[in-house]
Amino acid sequence: MIELHNISKSFGSHDVLNDVQATFERGKVNFVIGRSGSGKSVLTKCTVGLIEPDQGFVTYDGRDFTALSGKERKVIRQEIGMLFQGAALFDSMTVEENVRFPLRMFSDFSEEQIRKRSAECLERVELSDAGVRFPAECSGGMQKRVGIARAIAMNPKYLFCDEPNSGLDPQTAIVIDQLIMEITREYDMTTVVISHDMNSVMEASDTIHFVHEGSILWKGTRQSLLAGGNRELEDFVFASNLMRQIRSSGQL
Amino acid sequence: MVMRKYDLNLPVPVSPINPYLRTMQWMFHIGRYMQLLAASFRRPEKWRVFKELFILELESIGLQSVGIVALLSLFMGAVICLQTAHQIGGWIPVYTVGFTVRQTMILEFSPTLIPVILAGKVGSNIASQIGTMRVTEQIDALEIMGVNSATYLVLPKILAGVIIVPFLVVLSMVLGIGAGAWIGVATGVSALADFEYGMQVDFKVFDVIYALTKTVVFGFILTSVSAYHGYHASGGALEVGRSSTKAVVWSVVIIMISNLILTQMLLN
Repeated sequence: MIELHNISKSFGSHDVLNDVQATFERGKVNFVIGRSGSGKSVLTKCTVGLIEPDQGFVTYDGRDFTALSGKERKVIRQEIGMLFQGAALFDSMTVEENVRFPLRMFSDFSEEQIRKRSAECLERVELSDAGVRFPAECSGGMQKRVGIARAIAMNPKYLFCDEPNSGLDPQTAIVIDQLIMEITREYDMTTVVISHDMNSVMEASDTIHFVHEGSILWKGTRQSLLAGGNRELEDFVFASNLMRQIRSSGQL
Repeated sequence: MVMRKYDLNLPVPVSPINPYLRTMQWMFHIGRYMQLLAASFRRPEKWRVFKELFILELESIGLQSVGIVALLSLFMGAVICLQTAHQIGGWIPVYTVGFTVRQTMILEFSPTLIPVILAGKVGSNIASQIGTMRVTEQIDALEIMGVNSATYLVLPKILAGVIIVPFLVVLSMVLGIGAGAWIGVATGVSALADFEYGMQVDFKVFDVIYALTKTVVFGFILTSVSAYHGYHASGGALEVGRSSTKAVVWSVVIIMISNLILTQMLLN
């Protein structure tokens, strides 16, 4: 479980996060949704320690991440997997080398064990045949799947996905959503997904946090999301014609 | 505000016209450069991986630069020989040609101009490689995994630069002097015996030590300054291009300033 306690962050005079409190539960896919520029990405970066919050702290299963030294943070970071918006694969390495990378850096596995584990991870994302390709030779969806394979290589306890479906067609997006759901259950991870894609929210979310102007304005599930909660949330959820038509047809 | 010991993602001050603020901006960059160095010189996570990266960098910075270093040195040695022969006329001993080629190659051309050329070739490569990793979140990916990105990316390049650049410079000295001797004999401006005598006359081992000392410093500058500009690139492709240009310009400027300081310190 990941808990955010009163997280605030400003850049100059611009307040990006204001006293954010949130709990991301274990074994669930926890979505953080909101408009572009609402502070979702900064919230994620504060959570994983890429940006230091001005106030507040983050705990991973009770361990105060913010107060830890660099060395102690490394231990928690090795329990974190992250799928980046652009996959962030190392373009000088093949797909297989990308998946092997965290194992080579942090595990005591032999080369044979590393090879076996990376093959398992690639098989899990159905990319067993793509190991010798370079990221530039893979499609967007494949890159995301390789990103997931790399993220789960070290059996992480926590998985962060930043806009996992951006730039993907709807069918591939669903494949990625399902993969995230399945591996969350399989590895019993605390998964946090940053997204503004309502299809993805409806497909994969267990819990939802709605961020607006740097604050968590609403928390709930996908069932309660459609019932609405406040005007900002409704404006966001029902921004598309499709969602408005679904609501007006009474099929929710 | 809570600050990490090495917060490498501080905002850059806006470029000011005010001299005070401009000075502050320089101080900011110097401070952030020092922070990057401090973060880089840490124990690598895995020595095996570090060794592989180091060997790759030796190849990238060293072996892949042999061609351009050899070409420039051969032609410069030959040109210095012909120019010296032209200048001395008939009233200065002919062995001066060999002496001048040797001194020019050892004291200035090889130890200073070769690193300047490498700043263009290797420096821009380092800055654009690390800069692209920064803007495509590959550096963030390293950090999330718990890898010290500065040690992983910057340290092998600095160590490879410090070790391999002196070898390139020695190669440049040998080729330049050799080319000078060959062109001197081939064009008849100097007999081989005269050139050899000139090469040996008043030879001081300290000159080579001075040259190699400079080279080690320049190898450090060209790799670390280029890595700094790449590491702090932000935005997109345009910014990576800019960081690459800045890397070359600042490496050359700092090499030139260091050259003056080191020459004053070592020769006086």
